Amino acid sequence: MAIEVRVPTILRSYTGGAKVVEGSGDTLSGLIDDLDAKHSGLKGRLITPEGGLHRFVNIYVNDEDVRFLGALDAKVSDGDSVTILPAVAGGALGFAAAAALLGRPSNHPATAPGTTEGE
Amino acid sequence: MNDVLTIDSAIVEAIVAHARRDHPDEACGVVAGPIGSDLPTRHIAMDNAARSMTFYEFDSMEQLRVWREMDDNDEEPVVIYHSHTATEAYPSRTDISFAGEPGAHYLLVSTREPDSEEIRSFRIVDGVVTEEEVNIVDATVDA
Repeated sequence: MAIEVRVPTILRSYTGGAKVVEGSGDTLSGLIDDLDAKHSGLKGRLITPEGGLHRFVNIYVNDEDVRFLGALDAKVSDGDSVTILPAVAGGALGFAAAAALLGRPSNHPATAPGTTEGE
Repeated sequence: MNDVLTIDSAIVEAIVAHARRDHPDEACGVVAGPIGSDLPTRHIAMDNAARSMTFYEFDSMEQLRVWREMDDNDEEPVVIYHSHTATEAYPSRTDISFAGEPGAHYLLVSTREPDSEEIRSFRIVDGVVTEEEVNIVDATVDA
């Protein structure tokens, strides 16, 4: 038995188009490493260079948002179901300012820290 | 991929009403439609978890529920919409950074003018924004 992972459209280029893939691990972090070994590049879309969970995705373990389960330390085990969704967010405020407002790091490479571009 | 969004006037009215109701905070939501149809048929107003005049964010648990529901109904998010309440209806850098549904039409409504709305639609794929025509029609759905 393995851990079933549902992959959103935007990340299926890493899974050969597959909507559901399987992986293993004791924690979300371990699972992502295992997935990245089979689907190279996936990790970089889920985890920031600083090692945190990316703002652009939501990850759920058995329908719970992993941000409430210890994020990358969230425990996973065989038979669990993991769902990845693109986070839906945006707005008129510049990205860095929005990230600061939310108390989360801005990790988008196209946006320098402190930039407050609007529109 | 079409370069036009065809959408029922009743759904547009519901989106505009939602945007007006939440003004000056940004409003956001989805219009689901049958997979592959490119036809938005079911309007779902979402909570703006950020409750902000300049930022919107789907509540992650509400999003999971709605995305599951679409999956169960063989639907997909045909339209993802939000409002800008003090600026034009054009995607911001933030909007582009977050745009994670390459198949969706990103509809923006500006409510900065009290008596009229600016409604524009875009494709956002790999950071590239392409504006498209909005074709508002009557009675494609029973709303």
